[in-house]
Amino acid sequence: MELLPTIWFIAIAVLWTGYLFLEGFDLGVGMLMKLFARNNTERRVLLNTIGPVWDGNEVWLLTAGGATFAAFPLWYASLFSALYLPLLLVLVALIFRAVAFEYRGKVDTDRWRAVWDWAIAAGSLVAAFGVGAALALTTTGLPLNANGDREGGPFAWFSGYAVLGGLAVVCFSLLHALAFLALKTDGDVRHRARNWFVRLLPVLLLPIAGWAISVQLLSGEVWTVAAVAAAVVAAVFAWQFGRNGLEGKAFLSLGVFLLLGSASIFGAAFPVVLPSTISPDFNLTISNASSSDYTLGLMSIVACVGLPLVLAYQAWTYWVFRRRVSAAHIPEAHSFLPAIAARALAPKD
Amino acid sequence: MDALEIARWQFGITTVYHFMMVPLTIGLGLVVAVIQTVWYRTGKPEYLRMTKFWGKLFLINFIMGVATGIVQEFQFGMAWSEYSRFVGDVFGAPLALEALLAFFVESTFLGLWIFGWKQLKRGVHLACLWIAVVGSVFSAYFIIVANSWMQHPVGVEMINGRPVMTDAWAVFTNNTALVAVPHTLFGALAVAGGFLLGIAWYHLWRRRHDGIDTVGADGKVIPGEADIPGRDKADHKVWIRSLRIGAVVAMISFAGTALTGDLQGKLMFEQQPMKMAAAEAACHDGTGFSVLSVGNLGSKNCDDIVAVIEVPGILSFLAKGDFTTEVKGVNSLLDQYKADYGTHLPDNPIYGDRAGQEIEYVPVMEVTYWGFRMMIGFGGLAALAALVALWVTRKGTVPASRGLMRLAVVGILAPFGANAAGWIFTEMGRQPFVVAPNPDPSGIDQVFMFTAAAVSPGVSAGELLTSLVVLTAVYAVLLVVEVKLLVKYIRGGVVSAMPELAHAPVDENEDATPGSGTGKPGGSDDVLAFAY
Repeated sequence: MELLPTIWFIAIAVLWTGYLFLEGFDLGVGMLMKLFARNNTERRVLLNTIGPVWDGNEVWLLTAGGATFAAFPLWYASLFSALYLPLLLVLVALIFRAVAFEYRGKVDTDRWRAVWDWAIAAGSLVAAFGVGAALALTTTGLPLNANGDREGGPFAWFSGYAVLGGLAVVCFSLLHALAFLALKTDGDVRHRARNWFVRLLPVLLLPIAGWAISVQLLSGEVWTVAAVAAAVVAAVFAWQFGRNGLEGKAFLSLGVFLLLGSASIFGAAFPVVLPSTISPDFNLTISNASSSDYTLGLMSIVACVGLPLVLAYQAWTYWVFRRRVSAAHIPEAHSFLPAIAARALAPKD
Repeated sequence: MDALEIARWQFGITTVYHFMMVPLTIGLGLVVAVIQTVWYRTGKPEYLRMTKFWGKLFLINFIMGVATGIVQEFQFGMAWSEYSRFVGDVFGAPLALEALLAFFVESTFLGLWIFGWKQLKRGVHLACLWIAVVGSVFSAYFIIVANSWMQHPVGVEMINGRPVMTDAWAVFTNNTALVAVPHTLFGALAVAGGFLLGIAWYHLWRRRHDGIDTVGADGKVIPGEADIPGRDKADHKVWIRSLRIGAVVAMISFAGTALTGDLQGKLMFEQQPMKMAAAEAACHDGTGFSVLSVGNLGSKNCDDIVAVIEVPGILSFLAKGDFTTEVKGVNSLLDQYKADYGTHLPDNPIYGDRAGQEIEYVPVMEVTYWGFRMMIGFGGLAALAALVALWVTRKGTVPASRGLMRLAVVGILAPFGANAAGWIFTEMGRQPFVVAPNPDPSGIDQVFMFTAAAVSPGVSAGELLTSLVVLTAVYAVLLVVEVKLLVKYIRGGVVSAMPELAHAPVDENEDATPGSGTGKPGGSDDVLAFAY
């Protein structure tokens, strides 16, 4: 077994888990803009819980992608080209969503806000589904030929696993966002989020459990099956904490659930990074898809310094903005007085 | 169009578009950080207003750079999988490091800056902006390291037909990158300079037009006040200072781009002589720089091109620093390239339909010739305009002429044009290679890749066309939205970025209240100093 490729497989699993943990709740909050919030003030409460942090969360996706490129170029090349159209959708969704966060409050009309609310909700939904589908497919397989290229046309990637993975991340994100809102808001939003969390938890965790179990059936090992079982226990704890109103513990337990679930999925897939459904001979593995030890060694050194630093200052951000947001905090939409009104003073045009 | 051509158009369109937002982000970020620093040290209200106003425009633009940047990272794998497989060992690392060491810093600390006006102490809040701006400079460095490796591959050995990194220091201190980074940063500052200059000019003009500012008998401005929030005497200071900062930044950055561009040119004459010969549309060896060449630049037949106006010696100066060394033209280089890299593409399936075809070593000369001249021309024009602007406004305001104001506003586009032209020139000039071979002794022999071999073999032309159409349409729509919002906030003036000017009576506390948070949780205001 190669040491450095193994370390980098774990690193990439960690990056994806970090992405699902952090962007998970802001994708969920995005979807809840339409599903949960009842009026503009509530939508703004939702938005402002993730306002200072969503962009930093999204960088986890870029880092996971970049690290895959650097550490496993053949994995990156095969996965991204095989999933050409679904990833195009993810890109468009992420573009609209990002722009919507920033632009939504910039014009004070209902129509403007409605457009960007849809962009946020639909963008979050499509991005979560697409990322989930891609991750599920990299653990269950794509029709790849000997060169690692997709056979069978633009939609050959489509399978039940894609749908399952997509639903898994969408549903997990929704649940995670409810836990996050219960923790980060106050007043009515907080209580409703907690109620929804407790009521919906069993349903919303079904698809991700389905994905984890599927991977166990394909290539599970004893410890990864045990991880699934432990994840279920974490989910029960999350549910129990939610019922007792312990929002911080509920949120953390759900995080532990994600960590264990993700470990069970990536652990079962290991050492294959992208199976070929055409022939196991064409599987991409940590050995045949990785970069040289020199490159991986260099990246390891940088990651050892960089990643703890990232975690530290991102944690600090959450601490700075640790206070709960409630409807009472939301300032009025400022329709600024256009200086153009000074036209009145003009002697002549 | 076949898959390769569509993929190239897509990369070109998305990259040029992305690089409209990026230089403004980098340049304006630096300028806003300096302005906020001045406010931090002097406490003068006009600098707070400038920070808020330019900061608002910075953010409207920043988000577009973020949104379109994700496409850049994904499309290497999506559309250029063979390229990614070939270069991954060396090219992926700077991309990963860009995300890990630069993007995280940029996005996290900018979030703190946007939302932290009250939660953070003034000094910490300012530091957040500086850290974010330094992050954006680092991201420029990493991506240019990656690009420079495509221009001048170093630090690798060919193992099993793929370049494998053996010397990271060589990759990260590639001389191509070391000159391209400052060139790009100065280019970004030029964009910011023109942006400040044009917009400040518009506001000074409007203050005169609206009868707020008047001009005395000695030609000096007499700043006035209107009974409207934000249109007081401090407002005049905001715009005249912004204008002067913009003009000075524009001139310095032009000098910077010229100096670094000269170094870059001399390197390129060594590293990619064909690119530079094509920049001249020069067929034969010579010493003269063409000011105007006519004829059919696209014909790739040298006899169709005539240099009408040529300055002797200048080409040699650009290439070698003297006035007499003969610089090789396209014709003599062509034989050299054919001898070194073959006359026909190998009969290998990764070249698709192009396998076995004759290789066209001469880049599209209309693009290289005019791209090179537009880069220099737009850049110089903007610097000259900045100099004139400084002189014209020496008495404290701009002329009442509406035409001049419009010129200043349209002039904002010139440095954008220079940036785009420069990148189009350098990327198109590298063709037919995606990783350019370097004939000079500093290059590593036989490390190169033809663009024809780089595209994803498994992706159909239909998929590529779909994404080309979708992304172009999305980008077009968002460009309209971004420009509309920018115009709205620009027209609104400082008060559009500082609604507190309209709500509270403007008093001398203005410089003390916002941002002077103690870091302790206080009233409800402190939860959301800024709210989406």
